Amino acid sequence: MPVKESFTPKIVAFCCNWCSYAGADLAGSSRLSYPADVKIIRVPCSCRVNPMFLLRAFQKGADGVILCGCHPGDCHYSTGNYYARRRMTLLFSMLSYLGIEKERTRVEWVSAAEGARFASVMNDFVGTVQKLGPCRRLEDVRCKE
Amino acid sequence: MPKIGVFVCHCGSNIAGTVDVEKVAAAARTIPGVVVACDYRYMCSEAGQETITKAIREYGLDGVVVCSCSPRMHEATFRRAAEREGLNPYMVEIANIREQCSWIHKNREEATEKAIVLMRAAVAKVKRDTPLTAGRSGVTRRALVIGGGIAGLSTALDVANAGYEVDIVEKEPTIGGKMAQLDKTFPTLDCSACILTPKMVEAAQNENINLYTYSEVEKVSGYVGNFTVTIRKKARFVREDRCTGCGACMEKCPSRKAKNEFNCGLNTRSAIYIPFAQAIPNVAVIDAQHCLKLQTGKCGVCEKVCAAGAIDYTQQDELIQREYGAIVAATGFQPIRPYQFGEYGYGRYPDVITSLELERLMNAAGPTDGELRCPSDGRKPKNIVFIQCVGSRGQTCRDKSYCSKICCMYTAKHAMLIRDHWPDMDVHVFYIDVRTPGKNFDEFYRRAAEEYQVDYRKGQVGKIYEEDGHLMVQGSDLLEDRQVLMPADLVVLAVAVEPSPDARKLATMLTASMDNNDFFTEAHPKLRPVESPTAGIFLSGMCQGPKDIPETVSQAGAAAAKVIGLLSKKELTANPCTAHPEEVRCNGCGECEKVCPYGAISYEEKELRVMGRREKRRVAVVNTALCQGCGACTVACPSGVMDLQGFSNRQILAEVDAICR
Amino acid sequence: MTVTEKEVSRQILQLSGANANLCIRCGRCTAACPVAGQMDQKPHRFASLLLHGQADTLLRSNSIWLCLSCMACSERCPRGVDPARLVEGVRQYAVRPRGMAHFSPDQVPDVVDDEMPQQALMAALRKYRK
Repeated sequence: MPVKESFTPKIVAFCCNWCSYAGADLAGSSRLSYPADVKIIRVPCSCRVNPMFLLRAFQKGADGVILCGCHPGDCHYSTGNYYARRRMTLLFSMLSYLGIEKERTRVEWVSAAEGARFASVMNDFVGTVQKLGPCRRLEDVRCKE
Repeated sequence: MPKIGVFVCHCGSNIAGTVDVEKVAAAARTIPGVVVACDYRYMCSEAGQETITKAIREYGLDGVVVCSCSPRMHEATFRRAAEREGLNPYMVEIANIREQCSWIHKNREEATEKAIVLMRAAVAKVKRDTPLTAGRSGVTRRALVIGGGIAGLSTALDVANAGYEVDIVEKEPTIGGKMAQLDKTFPTLDCSACILTPKMVEAAQNENINLYTYSEVEKVSGYVGNFTVTIRKKARFVREDRCTGCGACMEKCPSRKAKNEFNCGLNTRSAIYIPFAQAIPNVAVIDAQHCLKLQTGKCGVCEKVCAAGAIDYTQQDELIQREYGAIVAATGFQPIRPYQFGEYGYGRYPDVITSLELERLMNAAGPTDGELRCPSDGRKPKNIVFIQCVGSRGQTCRDKSYCSKICCMYTAKHAMLIRDHWPDMDVHVFYIDVRTPGKNFDEFYRRAAEEYQVDYRKGQVGKIYEEDGHLMVQGSDLLEDRQVLMPADLVVLAVAVEPSPDARKLATMLTASMDNNDFFTEAHPKLRPVESPTAGIFLSGMCQGPKDIPETVSQAGAAAAKVIGLLSKKELTANPCTAHPEEVRCNGCGECEKVCPYGAISYEEKELRVMGRREKRRVAVVNTALCQGCGACTVACPSGVMDLQGFSNRQILAEVDAICR
Repeated sequence: MTVTEKEVSRQILQLSGANANLCIRCGRCTAACPVAGQMDQKPHRFASLLLHGQADTLLRSNSIWLCLSCMACSERCPRGVDPARLVEGVRQYAVRPRGMAHFSPDQVPDVVDDEMPQQALMAALRKYRK
């Protein structure tokens, strides 16, 4: 379909400051490319990411949201990524209930040394979202024009 | 509306090569609130920073966005520049358009577009920035070392020699720890006591070191630089200031049935005792459970024979409260008691012993005066079988999953010493792998096999049983591909080591994290190996993982260096990005406290003004000195009143909006 | 189609339900086995031979018929490999093509009590019906 070819998804990536954000930096300094559709938001820890942030992203037109944190056991704050994983598991099942495909959301562990992994995760994720096409927009009933 | 300045860096051609920087600056000027936007070749240079400070001065900026490299590179640089000009350093945000844009994208149009989005997100965030001030706190220039073994002693001596006060808390009546019980040390076969006791004396005589023996940590509060610790000094029933350690009481004490802990229970001791000849302090202690006077009220022999009048049956536990700047955990280890391995018959056959028991049987100050004898009948053993990896490297509930690291070497040491002292004894070792990484370690092990003809067998033991009053060992030899059966007079189990059972309780008090095996976890496995993730708590020796004496001493020194680094600071700056509850809306439910890895959240009764009424309510309070700013509590809070400064909900949502626009 | 020895080994590993990869070659299974002396393939060889795709050696061995299914090896194994299951897996593979691998409940002898491991019972029936 011609529509899909021109489709550039909007992807929000939440990256923890200590592992994944550094991993993204390493991907950059190693010149490993991934699609420009990915925009990174820096958070101190994956556990700082409120499920509300993901909902807001989908509300505002994001086509995919990915949350990256330190590998289990490596969290700078020792347990933050475990909380993130549990919270997201719950949120993802709710999202699929809302009709947002579960492939549009993902939790990945990327360490500060895994620049190549960061790039390949992003390539894979963008590819998946691209195949799904534009996301259905969540509506904010509070501020409907 | 806040006045924002946007500064786009070329980074030579690193950014400008793929991103149209002028277009980014032009796009910034269209955003409401942005009063100035410009680009420059190198923003991080003197002149580049001058551009920013000049703009702050001229336009009276409230916030600054720098579109440049990763904040991990130059965030601090630009914050300092802003601070010089009187702008709060936390009003500076970085848009990462190098690592996350220009370096990874080839298409100029695409990259420029992305750079604009990233810039817009940073502007959206900076508009909601609030000025933050890093808290400062003083440092108590005294360290606490918990554990008086070789790890604790080494750390304490290093810190004390740098000129700081150190207190050592040791739960046993004497310092020295496990190393005092050893006979010889590998790979040089030094006499353990000969190298340890000078260290003990040095610690006792160092005027900066204060020993609390027979004491335990009861309570810890406070935070890095400012800990308050309560120490319980257990009743010795002997006045330390009077006892001369003459030992007359020990000779006359009628109660002699207590097991001698120092000799692993292989013989008995009196109820009033000094653990060993070189104990420090050289002061007797009464074991209340076995003392006739304390149990029945009738005896008092020691009081009568004590010329110094040191005995005091009325002594009580004493609680001491002290302030510390840093705490070092050096709680050490213990060998497991392998009762769960029924096939080896430990506890059932007296001639099946652990390696630490063998150390005592071979030690000149031990129960047999250094003559190796079978514990059952005191005969001289002929065949001695060593079994490696008992309780280590397993996956079942009986085993520890880790390698205990020291057993291969000490078994080689034992085998070698036995063959050296008593060449008529035969020594067999059943092993899975012989692991000897370390300086001169493999040479040492090979010497045991080559020079001393120790019989190393690749295999394990499946069963030990008694036949005609003899122990029979049924094992396997995998290289010969057969089962072997051999008689043994003495079987020595190289049992796994485990952390001290008190360590878990202590870790909870210190809010220091532990792994599944109850070893303390380090802040970073490679780069911060002697620090706990909790600020101000350091790790020394076996409490962090199995290690031998040389490694323990080097880790102890590393921990000391970190302690000295902390204590030498005049004051500490805390990370201002901490959590803050909006008290009026907090209902004190307790969810945030549960997820906090640092114990930074507590609850207080506070009088608040709610809807014009005064009301007393339980609300969450964050100790900003402890809070590390992870944000776990902000999401856990069901009413959304907990927020993280510098990464507030409003800020992150604004970024999301800017990106998804 | 003939099945390769490697494939047979893989099937046996799957059939056994045991994870041979956990084995650290310590030899405690052979040390504990009451009949290892008579076996031509000792219990410790089962894990590595199966992993290396050499099931034929085991299928031809007397070990699978000598094994008492006493589970001493599994009891002693520090890694939870459960070597008795590996032996049972090879035995089943040897028995299945011969048919008659099933039996009815009324064939269960009265002497069997609750404490007897089910695997021991099954193994006994397999062995004596071979």
